[in-house]
Amino acid sequence: MSEHHIKLPEGSIEKTTTTLNLGPTHPATHGVMQNILELDGERIVSTEQTIGYIHRAFEKLAERRPLAQITTLTDRLNYCSSPLNNMGWHLTCEKLLGVKTPKRVDYLRVIIMELARISDHLICNSIAGVDAGAYTGFLYVMQYRELIYEIYEEVCGARLTTNIGRIGGFERNFNDIAFQKLEKFLREYPAVLREFENLFQRNRIFMDRTMGTGAISAERALNYGFTGPNLRAAGVDYDVRVHSPYSSYEDFQFNIPVGTTGDNYDRWMVREKEMWESLSIIEQAYQKVQEFKGAEADVFHADVPEYYLPPKAEVYTKMEALIYHFKIIMGETNIPAGELYNSIEAGNGELGFYLISDGGRSPYRLHFRRPCFVYYQAYEELIKGSMLSDAIMTMSSLNLIAGELDA
Amino acid sequence: MAMNNEMIKQRLTEKFGEQVTAFEESFGMLCFEAPKELNLKVLNFLYDDEQLKFRFLTDLTGVHYPGNSGRELAVVYHLHNLVDNIRLRFKVFTGISQPDVYTATGLFSAANWMERETYDFLGVNFVGHPNLKRILNVEEMDYFPLRKEFPLEDQTRIDKDDEMFGRG
Repeated sequence: MSEHHIKLPEGSIEKTTTTLNLGPTHPATHGVMQNILELDGERIVSTEQTIGYIHRAFEKLAERRPLAQITTLTDRLNYCSSPLNNMGWHLTCEKLLGVKTPKRVDYLRVIIMELARISDHLICNSIAGVDAGAYTGFLYVMQYRELIYEIYEEVCGARLTTNIGRIGGFERNFNDIAFQKLEKFLREYPAVLREFENLFQRNRIFMDRTMGTGAISAERALNYGFTGPNLRAAGVDYDVRVHSPYSSYEDFQFNIPVGTTGDNYDRWMVREKEMWESLSIIEQAYQKVQEFKGAEADVFHADVPEYYLPPKAEVYTKMEALIYHFKIIMGETNIPAGELYNSIEAGNGELGFYLISDGGRSPYRLHFRRPCFVYYQAYEELIKGSMLSDAIMTMSSLNLIAGELDA
Repeated sequence: MAMNNEMIKQRLTEKFGEQVTAFEESFGMLCFEAPKELNLKVLNFLYDDEQLKFRFLTDLTGVHYPGNSGRELAVVYHLHNLVDNIRLRFKVFTGISQPDVYTATGLFSAANWMERETYDFLGVNFVGHPNLKRILNVEEMDYFPLRKEFPLEDQTRIDKDDEMFGRG
């Protein structure tokens, strides 16, 4: 026998299954995560998910940061809808500090949050199309996600990691261009969404790929801690916006779409319908915002001098403003002691913040309840026994965002 | 009749008497403690009881209190009764020298990764967990980074060579 004979691992000749590494950098994993699949032909026998490739220790970092500086960490959780995370964090801080925000701020926040939800669902649904082999839809709707990003830009100056809003409200009032861009979006988007639906909803290939694959029952989904569209696709109408309304969501009329089978098609449909609901919420909120006239229309933050940066002109001329400015920038404000859990309905489900403050300048402990992390553990159960191509479809319809998964 | 915090407290004290302690209400949410040996009994009771129906595990995490000698590590469960839409927070404390807590994976599949994360960062040993290994950190790591004995770098330290960091 030659010296160069390849040595195979013990028992590998007799083995009838194949091991396949899906990821960490596979185009269909949408982020850095790995799946070690055991395949029998094309059928999946078992899988093990490996995550943590982009873990950045946010919970540890937060323990040394003042509240305002943690907002930038939340940006990087689910980066497809950063404004939702930002708002969730501001709302948590406000609850701890006992800040009551004006109605106009609430409505503006609702507009931003629902825009973010649309952009999140849009990415997920169009990428599901890409994974089923339909690239056109994705490319087409990206133009309209761009309109949403332009609105963010007008409000906060950033597009992806937005750091939008402050504790108590927004950093600046929405300008006319922002509202014009919002109107343009509201005008143009419905037709696009309808067209996008027409591409997929009754598309034979898409239906065959998604119906009946990656299904989960309502009972199992609840046991796995599913929330958001993935839970609603299984038929449970749990939505944080309705169950524990925040930011004046109780003032709006909207439906919660639910599915029945919890499969990939239902998840896709629930997200699709939610985009319509979000559109309607934005329209209602925009109408409410327009009702504020005169001085009321200039309200864009609550009065929380200890946490909300004073206008620059005042910093240069007024002693108090200078002191607050310094204290906020240097993070020298003591946070009241307290322990709370606060959650919002983020793009993927219930995004929770468990915050413990011991009265110091930064949280004693902060834990993020990331919806992705909680439901990704069901992946093995979802794809066991199915074909490899279904696994890809399931992964994309779960809407896994590596940033949120790994925190 | 809609469930409220007072009723939950009553049901729990009826069942466990003196063993459930430290009831408090913070920001509207009922919190309480139990000895760590009882964690599964309490969770099971909250799950099975016809009135309580806390069948959704929202969150499971840990906290390190280095000053609490003998009970340095807390495991915190956030449970949700989706029918009556009410939440509660349940804590068990364990000593850091033998941080054994029974796993809740038998009751909630969701607890699997949450417990792995808590083990990964705080070193709580969940007894009976089917696959208790690190999840976000590298497997070779030999410490638990969220414990308080690992402080983050002091931003004001001066012993670093600033030139090496482009700040010279």
